[in-house]
Amino acid sequence: MTVNISRRHLIGTASAAAGLAMLPITASALNPTTARTMVDKLVAEINRVIDSGKSESAMYRDFERIFETYSDTSYIAAYALGVDGRRASSTQKRAFTDAFTGYISRKYGKRFREFIGGKLEVEDVRKVKNFLEVRTTAYLRGESPFEVAFHVSDRTGRELFFNIYIEGVNMLLTERTEIGSMLDARRGDIDAVIADLKRAG
Amino acid sequence: MQRPLLVLSAILSVGLLSACATRTPEQKAAGEIFDPYESTNRSVHSFNLVVDKVLFRPASKGYVTVVPEPIVESFNYFAENLTMPGMIVDSLLQGNLKQAGTAFSRFVINSTVGFAGLADPASDFKIPEVDTDFGETLHVWGFDEGPYVELPLYGPSTARDAVGVVVNLFTNPLDYTDPRPADNLGTYAQIVRRMGDRGRYSDTVDAMLYDSADSYAQLRSLYLQNRRFDLEGENTDLYISPDEISTEGF
Repeated sequence: MTVNISRRHLIGTASAAAGLAMLPITASALNPTTARTMVDKLVAEINRVIDSGKSESAMYRDFERIFETYSDTSYIAAYALGVDGRRASSTQKRAFTDAFTGYISRKYGKRFREFIGGKLEVEDVRKVKNFLEVRTTAYLRGESPFEVAFHVSDRTGRELFFNIYIEGVNMLLTERTEIGSMLDARRGDIDAVIADLKRAG
Repeated sequence: MQRPLLVLSAILSVGLLSACATRTPEQKAAGEIFDPYESTNRSVHSFNLVVDKVLFRPASKGYVTVVPEPIVESFNYFAENLTMPGMIVDSLLQGNLKQAGTAFSRFVINSTVGFAGLADPASDFKIPEVDTDFGETLHVWGFDEGPYVELPLYGPSTARDAVGVVVNLFTNPLDYTDPRPADNLGTYAQIVRRMGDRGRYSDTVDAMLYDSADSYAQLRSLYLQNRRFDLEGENTDLYISPDEISTEGF
C-alpha cells in the first residue's frame, strides 16, 4: 500500500514536472465528481427498485433500464465475448449485446434482491490507470460490511461504469468465463449462445 | 492426543508442498489460473455436486427452514468463536501480534459476555472480525499458491491452502485442553456453520452450481479471484482497463 501511494505520488510529481503540455489531457480527462455523482444516482436507483416491492419481472425490467443508463454495455458485452467477438458479424454483435444486457440485468438483479434492507455507501473515488474507481461499502443484514467498487470511464463521452469488483471478484472476468463456457458447450456457435442468453440469467 | 496425527500431517504437508508444480513468474504476475490437474479436479467437482444435490443442499435448506434465523445466526457465532484460538495461533505464526490480540479479545468477550460464543458482543464493541488460516500463514511465509485443486467435500482450494486445511485440523488449542469441550466439537460446529451459509445463500449458490454453463470453471474463477484478494489485497496492476478490447459493432 505504501509503495502504491508513493508511486502515485512520484507519477504526480513527474507529470507536474513534465509541464503544461500534459495539462490539456488531464483537464479533458475523467471527472471524479461526475463519476461519484453517477454512482450515487446508480445506487439510489437500485435501492429504489429493491424497495419498490414490484413483481420480479417488473424489477428485472427496471434493472435492465438502469444497466443501460449507467453502464458501458458495449464494452461489457465485447469483453465478455472476448476474442470470439472477432469472428462475429455486425448483426451478431448487436444481437449479442442486446441479449447479454438482458441476461446480466436478470442475473445481477437477482443478487441485488438480497440487498433488501441493506445499503451501499459511496466512500471515495481514485484514479487507477486510465479510469476512475468509485469505492462503496455494502452493508447487508447479518453480514460484515464488504467493499464494492465501480470502475468508471468516459470512453463513450459520458461517465459510465464498465466493471464491478466485489471482494476481488470482478464482473468482466467472471462473465468472460461464463460466456466462454457457453460457447464451448455449443461448439462455438454464437447464434446459439445469443438464443440461450435471452432465457438465461 | 494425536502426536502420531501431527507427525502424519507434517509429512503430508511437506509432501504436498514439494509436489507443487510451479507457475512461471510471468503467469503469476498476469494472475493466470494454474490448473494442471484439471481432469482430476473435474471428477472431484462432479462428486461434490452429487453430494451437494442429494445431501448438503437439502439438509441445509431443511436446517434454515426448520431452525429460526436468529438461532442459525447464533450457531454461526458459536462455530466462529470456536475457531478463534486457532486464529490466534495462525496470527502469531504470521507475526501479526495485533491480529492475535484482536482474536484473543473476541474469544474472551464472546465466550463470557456472549454466552459461550452464542452471541457476538465483540462486534457490538467494534472489535474487527478475524478470519485467517494456515493457508494464509504459508502465504506470509512466502509459499506460492501452487496449482488449483478442488477437494472432496470441502470444495475449491489451492495446493497451498489444502495443506493449510489439513494443518488447521490440528492447530486449534481447544483440542489440546484438558478436559476437552467435546470430541471434534469444532469440526461439527463448522459443518453446521457451512450448512447455515449454504441455506441462507441458497439461491446464489444454486445459481453458481446449477445455472452456470460450466460450474467448475465458474467456481474456480470466483475462488481464485476472491482468495487472491483476501491474501494479497487489491492488485491494481491486474485491473481491466476500459480499452482492452475493441467495441466496434457492439
